[in-house]
Amino acid sequence: MPMLNTQGLTGHYGDFQALFGLDITVGKNESVSLIGANGAGKTTTMRAIAGLLSSPAHMIQWKEQSIGNLRADQVAKLGIAMVPEGRQLFPSLSVEENLKIGAQSARSGPWKLNSVYELFPMLTEHRHKPSTSLSGGQQQMVAIGRALMSNPEIILFDEISLGLAPIVIKQIYTALPEIVRDGTSALIVEQDIKKALQYTDRFYCLSEGRVTLNGDSANADQHDIVQAYFGN
Amino acid sequence: MDWINIIVQGILIGGLYALFAAGLSLIFGVMRLVNIAHGDLIVLAAFLGLTVTASIGIHPLTALLIVVPIMAMVGYALQYLLLNRTMGDDILPPLLVTFGLSVIIQNALLEVYSADPQKLQSGPLETASISIGSINIGVLPLLMFVVAIAVIGGLQWLFYKTAIGRAFRATSDNADIAQLMGLNKAHVFGLAMALSLSVVAIAGIFLGMRTAFDPASGPARLIFGFEAVIIGGLGNLWGTLIGGVILGVAQGIGAKINPGWQLLAGHCAFLLVLAIRPKGLFPRVEH
Repeated sequence: MPMLNTQGLTGHYGDFQALFGLDITVGKNESVSLIGANGAGKTTTMRAIAGLLSSPAHMIQWKEQSIGNLRADQVAKLGIAMVPEGRQLFPSLSVEENLKIGAQSARSGPWKLNSVYELFPMLTEHRHKPSTSLSGGQQQMVAIGRALMSNPEIILFDEISLGLAPIVIKQIYTALPEIVRDGTSALIVEQDIKKALQYTDRFYCLSEGRVTLNGDSANADQHDIVQAYFGN
Repeated sequence: MDWINIIVQGILIGGLYALFAAGLSLIFGVMRLVNIAHGDLIVLAAFLGLTVTASIGIHPLTALLIVVPIMAMVGYALQYLLLNRTMGDDILPPLLVTFGLSVIIQNALLEVYSADPQKLQSGPLETASISIGSINIGVLPLLMFVVAIAVIGGLQWLFYKTAIGRAFRATSDNADIAQLMGLNKAHVFGLAMALSLSVVAIAGIFLGMRTAFDPASGPARLIFGFEAVIIGGLGNLWGTLIGGVILGVAQGIGAKINPGWQLLAGHCAFLLVLAIRPKGLFPRVEH
């Protein structure tokens, strides 16, 4: 049974149309990657699902419920969390306050301050520092922790590794199985196609607002992906 | 001794100016909204106090128990039903709408209460004083100052130690991302305006107890509030209190030199600070 699926999802920024009828499905416990060139519509898809971009209700289905027209805060309360591109921590909040804000939707589950600090031990010593004093990688850990604090059933990772040092990217991906467990699904936007295929079950390749290729990550053909990536 | 007296009285009146300013500073901090109707809302609260004290026959300070909740509800409704519709990347629409609101409130007050100056009668409290050496300190101004400190301390605590304060700061940083965390910004903004108008209610009652007011008194209170905020530094509540004190002392000194210079001296002090420290004396530290 799909947890989340989009049905002919379209997306607009004013007069500019960014998505042309996307059908994407994410099942329970599944991790799915979205790949594609800049401007392919990956972030727009994420924003639409998270409710930052309003869509007709039926275009986004969550457990067979139409949620396309809900506001972002209503979507968050359903158990859909997002780690936005570029971390987007709250600069006037400390690390711990950023994490606590994540728990605002008051969903119960395994993730609490302690379990996030266990997942990313290096955050513990910085807990009372301003979030902006951290390195990019540590900030990404806070952003992931903040999303986990809502005990989501699916996490949307937008540009999970963009701008991070290779060693940090490795740490984040090492933590991923720990995050995507116990019935949590993930939808991941990743620039690095190799990483995307290595760490996810299935993938969708977008080009100019359309799905040009999708399938199991394990059986993905390099040549087909290159073709799909450039929209052929 | 005269001068010490003037400075002490100036400091105490600064508490009232800080109360004018605190609500203004709060909503600017949370949602970058400049509320031109702020002064008129203070006067509205004073008139509301007048109606409550006159109809039930209670002391103005007791009337706070009724006026504060009413103004808080007015604030939430105003923000939720009207101002939220004007908020966006452009700061001009909310500015214009609150300007219009200012005109509407003034005229509505004029219609209901007439242009006669009014005062909230607070009995013996008005003339009570305590003597320290050769200086007489009025109990009412002292009370205002203490309340101002308590209000600002309370707001400071609320902003930095509570969940709602965290929500205010997060929404102020980035409303979209805060929404992703399950905070409905329309509701958070409504709460911020409710809090702002609760402070406005306290300011209005003290204004009415201290001086006569009429429907046209609002804009001058707005100016005092603005000046206190700017002198103290935007987004710094304790700075706002010091801003109010500086304004009060400057006005007192001006009035001592020449009674006609009272307001002018306050404005001059404000302009001086603006010229030397454009960000105010205690700007918020950016991380």
